[in-house]
Amino acid sequence: MSIRGKAYIAGAFEHPLRDLPQHSVQQIHAECAIGALADAGLSLRDVDGYFSTGQLGFGGVSMTEYLGLKPWYVDATFVGGSSYLAHVGHAAAAIAAGKCKIALITQGAKVRGVIRGPKHTGDTPEFPFETVYGETNAGIYALAARRHMHEFGTTAEQLAAVKVAAANYAQYNPDALLRKPVTIEDVVNSPMIADPLHRLDCCVVTDGGGAIVVVAPEIARDLQRQSVKILGHAEFIKHSGNGPNDFTSTGAMVSAPRALAEAGVALGDVDYASIYDSFTITVIMTLEDFGFCKKGQGGAFVASGALGLDGVIPVNTDGGGLCNNHPGYQGGLVKIVEAVRQLRGEANSQTQVRDCAIAVAHGTGGGMSRQASVTLVLGREDA
Amino acid sequence: MMAHNQLPTPVPFVSPETEPYWSGARAGKLVLPHCAACDHPIWYPKAFCGDCGSLAVEWREASGLGTLYSFTEVHRGEGPYRETAGFVLALVDLDEGARVLTNIVEADPAELAIGQRVRAVFQDAGDAAALVRFSPIPEQSK
Repeated sequence: MSIRGKAYIAGAFEHPLRDLPQHSVQQIHAECAIGALADAGLSLRDVDGYFSTGQLGFGGVSMTEYLGLKPWYVDATFVGGSSYLAHVGHAAAAIAAGKCKIALITQGAKVRGVIRGPKHTGDTPEFPFETVYGETNAGIYALAARRHMHEFGTTAEQLAAVKVAAANYAQYNPDALLRKPVTIEDVVNSPMIADPLHRLDCCVVTDGGGAIVVVAPEIARDLQRQSVKILGHAEFIKHSGNGPNDFTSTGAMVSAPRALAEAGVALGDVDYASIYDSFTITVIMTLEDFGFCKKGQGGAFVASGALGLDGVIPVNTDGGGLCNNHPGYQGGLVKIVEAVRQLRGEANSQTQVRDCAIAVAHGTGGGMSRQASVTLVLGREDA
Repeated sequence: MMAHNQLPTPVPFVSPETEPYWSGARAGKLVLPHCAACDHPIWYPKAFCGDCGSLAVEWREASGLGTLYSFTEVHRGEGPYRETAGFVLALVDLDEGARVLTNIVEADPAELAIGQRVRAVFQDAGDAAALVRFSPIPEQSK
């Protein structure tokens, strides 16, 4: 049993704006839903499966009502920023099992200008032992970066190369929040947030969101628009439950090979990769864990120009979370949208990968102490 | 320069399940749950062993000694740390085998090094708990 070829992405939409002071979160969801359905050539009435993180209101119910959907199948999986990649996998499995035929996935978020306050310490089992010490997202990934430097000799300049590659792509994306190319020096001279991570090692903070429409093969066949074939999906929760958790690897070590195996795709066949880039170090560790380079060699790999259009593996051609968009601290949905653009040949003309037939989209939800890795393998409609 | 020694001491959420850890810390002891069946420490503190599913947990005093696994000086604190100019967030490998998130205090961040030996210090947080932070063990007392 596999989901390979049992479902297709027929519509994909990224909200074009990054700052939405006048919108409600539900309006952002709705604009994205309409955008993705219009992209597919479908309407709200066609939707019979609905997927969201359920963070807004009452689980998956509130947005189902707001959007006026009448789904047979609802999923409100929340695993942080990789949630939406999980939704695609779950939607494909539901469609393969005959539970629904046209699944809508939406994201909406508003976080610009909101000061992050004390986190809940009572209702999450691990928080009392961590948040009291001033844990921050940047602080946690800084611990990973420092340990990676210690074990493998990774340098601040190598981390910076990830941002330089992202900014180089972002200059061609008219919707990107940050479009200005940057140098290694710009990154290492930007203010220190949590050493060794500088401000430019960190992703942007944006409002917005997006939506994806996943459909059964017979629906995809009848639509005018070129669809993207879902080839493989896998998830892994990496945590410290059964002994010390290392801070130099990600759950991609498990999810990536499993998703590629389901897809029947070798890593060398992948033409484009959307790699979760909450921080520059996230990309380096994830590329190692996929096997694009040896463990510990990620710094040298990215510094060699591997992420460019003519490099070993073009990564985050929209500018990624580091420059383009990371709505609501969750970059997973945008990762899927850019992979779909590449496979349709609809990326920005300066950043389109030639003959892009196979893509991966990978999400890392949460921090380093515990994280949800989700890998999708996608192919052109004829893949 | 010495790091700011007066870090915030947010009051942790104490439940009956985790009370032995927090009351131990309040008494100046690092007390960890051990799985009675597997005989290894459990982190974070909870009354359940994720290895074997045992609910039989014993609370034992640990040495309070450990080794620095990684550290960072955070310049942009959040929540109670928002006004804290800079503080050291760290991971310490306890001699008993757990890797814990904590702060390093009474130390110059520029002098810290991975692999350095550290010792627990206890800083009261509310009436029923103390935060478990660590400070470097001076070379001569090793």
